[in-house]
Amino acid sequence: MRKFISGNDAVAEGVRLARPHVISAYPITPQTIAVERLSEMVEDGSLKAEYMHVESEHSAMAAAMGVSSVGARAFTATSSQGLLYMAECLPYASGARMPIVMMNANRAIATPWNIYGDQMDSMFLLNSGWIQVYVEDAQEALDMMIQAYKIAEHPQVLAPMMVNLDGFVLTHTYELVEIPEQDKVDAFLPPIQMSKQVMALDDPKSLCISAGNDFNMEFKIKQERDLQNSVSVIESVDHEFHEAFGRKYHGMMECYKTEDADVVLITTGSITGTTRIVVDQMRAEGKKVGLLKLRYLRPFPAEQLRIALRDVKHVGVLDKNISFGYEGTIFTNVNSALSSLDTVPKTTNYIGGLGGRDITKGNIEEAFEQMMSSDHHDKIQYMNVRCEQ
Amino acid sequence: MIEVRWHGRGGQGSFTIARLLGMAASVHGNAYAQAFPSFGPERRGAPVLGFTRIDENKITDRSEVDACDYVVVLDETLWGDNVLNGLKPNGIVLINTETPEKYKIDNVNIIALDATSLALEYLGRPITNTAMMGALVAAGDFIQLESCNNAIRESMKENIANKNIALMAKAYEMIKEGK
Repeated sequence: MRKFISGNDAVAEGVRLARPHVISAYPITPQTIAVERLSEMVEDGSLKAEYMHVESEHSAMAAAMGVSSVGARAFTATSSQGLLYMAECLPYASGARMPIVMMNANRAIATPWNIYGDQMDSMFLLNSGWIQVYVEDAQEALDMMIQAYKIAEHPQVLAPMMVNLDGFVLTHTYELVEIPEQDKVDAFLPPIQMSKQVMALDDPKSLCISAGNDFNMEFKIKQERDLQNSVSVIESVDHEFHEAFGRKYHGMMECYKTEDADVVLITTGSITGTTRIVVDQMRAEGKKVGLLKLRYLRPFPAEQLRIALRDVKHVGVLDKNISFGYEGTIFTNVNSALSSLDTVPKTTNYIGGLGGRDITKGNIEEAFEQMMSSDHHDKIQYMNVRCEQ
Repeated sequence: MIEVRWHGRGGQGSFTIARLLGMAASVHGNAYAQAFPSFGPERRGAPVLGFTRIDENKITDRSEVDACDYVVVLDETLWGDNVLNGLKPNGIVLINTETPEKYKIDNVNIIALDATSLALEYLGRPITNTAMMGALVAAGDFIQLESCNNAIRESMKENIANKNIALMAKAYEMIKEGK
């Protein structure tokens, strides 16, 4: 069935199809409509789940951990300050290997207080042990809710997963979305099956244990190894999803017209769609530009990036965040990946979209033109700003 | 691509109609569409914008709408320079007014409709969004009235849908005859 719905609606539809047992959430702009829809679905019986209206985001994640502890499927959603308030619980969940799925509506963080979209919030949690994916449109948001549980619950992964969509630009924009059929989703995503670390009344366990200096590193190394190895699961789940539903997202990242490109811009999230148009226009003018849509930031596809970009002359990284005192966070990660190439491409960091500032097609075209020109420019470039830099 | 900008006040249904037009074009037509409000806090009575993009291909552009084919003004107290901002050279402005003579500007195609009076007659309430959609369909020739009827049927209770469909048909007819 095709519906004309918003990104928030699409998230709720995807979650409904994934059949979670419990949703624990606290509303926050611009995520609110997603959890309102889920609450309505529970109320009207179209989603057979328990909806817990908790008193804070910290409690939302604590409740999700309780759900996961008994082997049930948990969902929560948040944004911005709510994500930061929840932050203490995130490494608890990942260290305890709980396959919780969360939607994060990417939004600016205070101060100045701002409800619009950028990607500062989720960047804080790159080190939390959660898988992080960024989607481009409402369809991908829906589809990733279904994929996320399959990835997170895979016995070789057992890691929580955060599905990020840009606040307002995706959460509040309506578009045509294909809603998969429930029986197809059920076949793709069977009920959760966690046997080893699950607690039950007749099988009590101590979870979220402590491990001192004699064991802690071994726990962390195994966690790191499994997150690194989740790449193959992410890719195979996307492949299976394509076979079942006819839509594919190319696993860790999508290369768009990069094969013979001299200049490539790396994007995450909704700005990817705008960049596609600019690439098409500039290609029509004979300019060798390309786009690399970076979908996952954790695990980070370093090897795939090296293969895709080894013959490119200049790589731009579009960051909707600043790691204050240095540069955009994705830029740091990309440079680190490329540094082991024999010939390292030039790189430029384009920082834009903070606090919801528009990034126009003209801004993106200027970035491509700048990377194609041989004139010197500063490594950090701010897009569409009025102040001195 | 067709780009429409709706000007209204919070509570007048300017985003609802932007969304219904998108639904009509996509779910009930053969096109792709995108609809979004001016992002931010929602406040009753405050000026708000709604945007609808329609194209035969999937729309991936996520930047703000800066050039419009059609501007639709639900509330004439919002008239100002920002109404004409970004209007494409052959663009059309549709305005809800009972005094069309106030809106004559050289080289700008402005179509007036007294949608408030029509809405009061058909709905008993001054909600003008569906009347102005009827005017837009008549002025635009880019979407079928029947697609809009279907979008309204999908979104409203039957008795309210029927009243709005009748209102839209009347507005459509008045603009077609006035052409």
